[in-house]
Amino acid sequence: MANITEKISKLFPQAVIEGDTTPQVTIPAEQWHDLALTLRDDPDMKMDYLITVVGMDWKEEGLGAIYYMMSTEYNNILGVKILAQGDRSMPVIPSAADVWKVATLFEREVYDFFGIIFLDNPDMRRLFLNIDWVGYPLRKDYDANPDINPVSTENERQTDFTQVYTRDAEDKIVKNDVRVFEKEDFVVNIGPQHPATHGVLRFRTAVDGETIKKIDVYCGYIHRGIEKLCENLTYPQTLHFMDRMDYFSAHNYHHALCMLYEKAAGIEISRRAQVIRVIMDELSRIASHALFIGTYCMDLGATTMLFYALRVREQILNIMERTCGARMTFNYECIGGVMQDLDKDFVKDVKALLDIIPANIKEYNEVFTGNVIARNRMEGVGVLSREDAIAYAITGPSGRASGWACDMRKLHPYSIYSELDFEEVTATEGDSMARFKCRLREMEESAKIISQLIDNIPEGEYCVKVPKVLKLPVGKWFQISEGCRGAFALYLESDGSTKPYRLKLSTPCLAQAAVVDHITRGEKIADLITIGGSLDYIVPDIDR
Amino acid sequence: MQDFSFITTWIDNSLRSLMPGWLSVTIECLLIGVGLLLVYSLLALFYIYYERKVCAAFQCRLGPNRVGPWGLLQSFADMFKMLIKEIIHLNHVDQFLFALAPYLVVIASMLAFAVLPWGNGLQVIDFNIGIFFLLAVSSIGVLGILLAGWSSNNKFTLIGSLRSGAQMVSYELSVGLSILTMICLAGTMSVGGIVAEQADLWFIFKGHVPAVIAFVIYMIAGTAETNRGPFDLPEAESELTAGYHTEYSGIHFGFFYLAEYLNLFIVSGVAALMFFGGWMPLHIPGWDAFNHIMDYIPSVVWFLGKAFALSFVIIWFKWTFPRLRIDHLLALEWKYLLPINLCNLVLMVLIIVFNLHF
Amino acid sequence: MEVTTKSMPYEAFKDNEYIESLVKQLQESGTNVVVGSLDKLINWGRSNSIWPLTFATSCCGIEFVCLGAARFDMARFGWEVARSSPRQADFMMVAGTIVHRMVPVFRRLYDQLAEPKYVIACGSCAISGGPFKNSYHVAKGIEDIVPVDVFVPGCPPRPEAMIYGIMQLSRKIKVERFFGGVNRQEKQKEFLAAHPVEGVED
Repeated sequence: MANITEKISKLFPQAVIEGDTTPQVTIPAEQWHDLALTLRDDPDMKMDYLITVVGMDWKEEGLGAIYYMMSTEYNNILGVKILAQGDRSMPVIPSAADVWKVATLFEREVYDFFGIIFLDNPDMRRLFLNIDWVGYPLRKDYDANPDINPVSTENERQTDFTQVYTRDAEDKIVKNDVRVFEKEDFVVNIGPQHPATHGVLRFRTAVDGETIKKIDVYCGYIHRGIEKLCENLTYPQTLHFMDRMDYFSAHNYHHALCMLYEKAAGIEISRRAQVIRVIMDELSRIASHALFIGTYCMDLGATTMLFYALRVREQILNIMERTCGARMTFNYECIGGVMQDLDKDFVKDVKALLDIIPANIKEYNEVFTGNVIARNRMEGVGVLSREDAIAYAITGPSGRASGWACDMRKLHPYSIYSELDFEEVTATEGDSMARFKCRLREMEESAKIISQLIDNIPEGEYCVKVPKVLKLPVGKWFQISEGCRGAFALYLESDGSTKPYRLKLSTPCLAQAAVVDHITRGEKIADLITIGGSLDYIVPDIDR
Repeated sequence: MQDFSFITTWIDNSLRSLMPGWLSVTIECLLIGVGLLLVYSLLALFYIYYERKVCAAFQCRLGPNRVGPWGLLQSFADMFKMLIKEIIHLNHVDQFLFALAPYLVVIASMLAFAVLPWGNGLQVIDFNIGIFFLLAVSSIGVLGILLAGWSSNNKFTLIGSLRSGAQMVSYELSVGLSILTMICLAGTMSVGGIVAEQADLWFIFKGHVPAVIAFVIYMIAGTAETNRGPFDLPEAESELTAGYHTEYSGIHFGFFYLAEYLNLFIVSGVAALMFFGGWMPLHIPGWDAFNHIMDYIPSVVWFLGKAFALSFVIIWFKWTFPRLRIDHLLALEWKYLLPINLCNLVLMVLIIVFNLHF
Repeated sequence: MEVTTKSMPYEAFKDNEYIESLVKQLQESGTNVVVGSLDKLINWGRSNSIWPLTFATSCCGIEFVCLGAARFDMARFGWEVARSSPRQADFMMVAGTIVHRMVPVFRRLYDQLAEPKYVIACGSCAISGGPFKNSYHVAKGIEDIVPVDVFVPGCPPRPEAMIYGIMQLSRKIKVERFFGGVNRQEKQKEFLAAHPVEGVED
């Protein structure tokens, strides 16, 4: 890490660097684009994976953005902070969309929330909110009066144009309208109410017969403003939202946020709590992948597989229910450990589950994977190369299926993962079949992790004492962990009060929504369903 | 064997003794019409229940079991509801074609009923090109689907109906050719004649290898003809919401829903007729006692039993396989089924010429 | 009149004051024998065949999937025919949060449902906004957007609760009147007149 910071300060003397494990570089906006190119292309840095773009409102200091990126070669994480130029009415930052492809969508999100304009970003529309929404909700001075933005049954305004902001020769910022679809395109609207979009995602799809020409993704039909809500809640209160974003990774997300708070507050948790958390994470990974198999096969038309896959999930939900008291929204992990001790039958139940998993996976393979129709539908469909997976930040099983070893449990081991023996499942094909198989094999690996832990859950307290009112010191923290669908990154800034000043939740599914257009071009309409299913995005996780 | 024609002859004679010929014919036509409608709706209701139960069994569930004993009345409840459900009138559609389409679909499947051999002597009309008639009328259905998709003025229905057009036109070939193969063996196109030909042995045994090939192709193509999974592309739920009938509601949708199941029955009925002897009981040459016992089972039971058993297979397909993609679907027909079918036809002809069948 | 559901004994279900009062109100004026028995037949059909619309926005939708799966098996009651096209569905299980941007879509889906149509608000988000009540982008309950027949609380409600909720809907349909009398359709019309869709002239 030190060599990178040294090199940056040598090349960009104006850069201010703070922190050591995940350093944050502050750079003037004019130099940002050069720095971004250097970061990506310099052989010593190779920051080719953009984790997230955090929009910020520092009140007096102004608006700005923090880009968090990682090197897939050296595994270093670096943050770059840019203060926007201009006043609050029109803050401007040069875009990095040509450096990292996924930045196009990430910057759109920041624009939507903070009104920061990214120069030369090819698509500067609002992402989650309607185009006629008044105000930028995550700014600290946002007026939340419901009369300004009332609930309306009027159809949302639709435009075929997107905006690109550029700087002209006289250094003035000009707005250009660009057509999204050609005039003669046959545009089919898929979603938001559509059985195969896994929720309320909307694709405007230009088709030529059965072939897809272009897809324009519309998010925000389940945008619930969790990040803003978190700013008005105390730290323990923010935890329960983690259950409701990616509701299959409830334990994993909880775990990640608890780790972040514990890191910030300097709380050490007991070994027992850590083991319980890891077991729960892996159990939910199995449940999540089981449901993926079910819904994916249902999307392909094999409805019966859903019912077979749900059997395993129901068994896991039973185990969870006995310990956590709920089927989906567990709210189990808390700051300092876990809410309750394990159920007395927990070990027995989990062992019974581990016994049936291999037989079930065999059954799935017999019923579905080997089927010639299924193979034809999946093999070679929606191929995502390793380079594109990195450029579009496709993490999780989908990224690993493209040959990118991106398992955060291995790259940045947290909790007790470094002591565990498990294999990182990767494939090289990058097609829908590889994504499907990766998840199947990950179920086995998760079972392996659980079987290592289940017999030696150490005794001890399940939750250490934490102050009733938790106050975090002034500072900023970054945490990355592995959800069921990919890397879940968290960025926290605290102003020393009991509430987070800014909590950025960077979910893996947003990037997956961005890649749909890229990998469906030239495929058939039916392949859109296959590809969407195999990416396995969860819409509330995209929208938050 | 019991011949049901005595009932029809008795009705005919008693009517003719009471009134002039033209009136009795009119009354008979009406009676047949009412009878067919009754059978039609009862069969459809039975099939809906049948499919739901079978599907539940495949999926480790129970299926309907609350309405009536064993849930038997479930589909009746569905029918009552559907009959009085609102029929939505849309503004920007071709009103005439939009209203016509569901009737076309239903009429196509009803016409096919006329030539099905329900039992010994229980056939509405037995004329010398029965099978040809059946193939002809069953292709009217696709017209209804095309019209439904086109007139709805909706992009999903349009894609659905165009898919359906491509699919039906292609698979009609395979259905026709595999039936042609069997007609070669039968030597007649009359439905009664085909059944009579199978009195000693069913065609699937009689024609051995080519008959089995023709049967397999017929089942695949027949499933595609009925728009059922894995060939349910025109109404692919996960792609096109409800396909060509997305915009239909109430009983108009009910017609499509019923016709789907009736077509399932017709396809399996024709398979029973062409390969498993129609209403003809299982006869094995030489086993006279066995053949005699088989004759005691009424012919209606034989026919319906065969049709239901074959429908079970088609339902089995649907709940097992994932859906094909449109290009795979067409490739399957034009690259595999059609050439195999043509070779099979030649093989059958050779077998007949050299008298190699049983 | 006893309002039973499926094969459940009346005693096991005599817990819904609202329906009891509805029955009382209906029986005050008495009814014609012919019309009454026709009504009974129609209501028997309607209440036993309620097909859901495949509509889910978030967590509750997954529990709705579980409701269809082998363990809870809503097919027993004949509810498994989930239609993707709103024109063919009978009720809408509003499973999940409805946000500002979804409201017009949601209202349009409701308007597209064919009569008789029913709405079940499933989960705290649909009832009141739930944990997201204070958000800038979440509708505080769907009651202001469409008329709701049954509320099923929970976050998300257990599948058993959903079964119970749909059973209550089934009971409610049983006391409806197709021919004259107190009709929920009239109430629905009043509601729709009070909550017009903005931007559309009828």
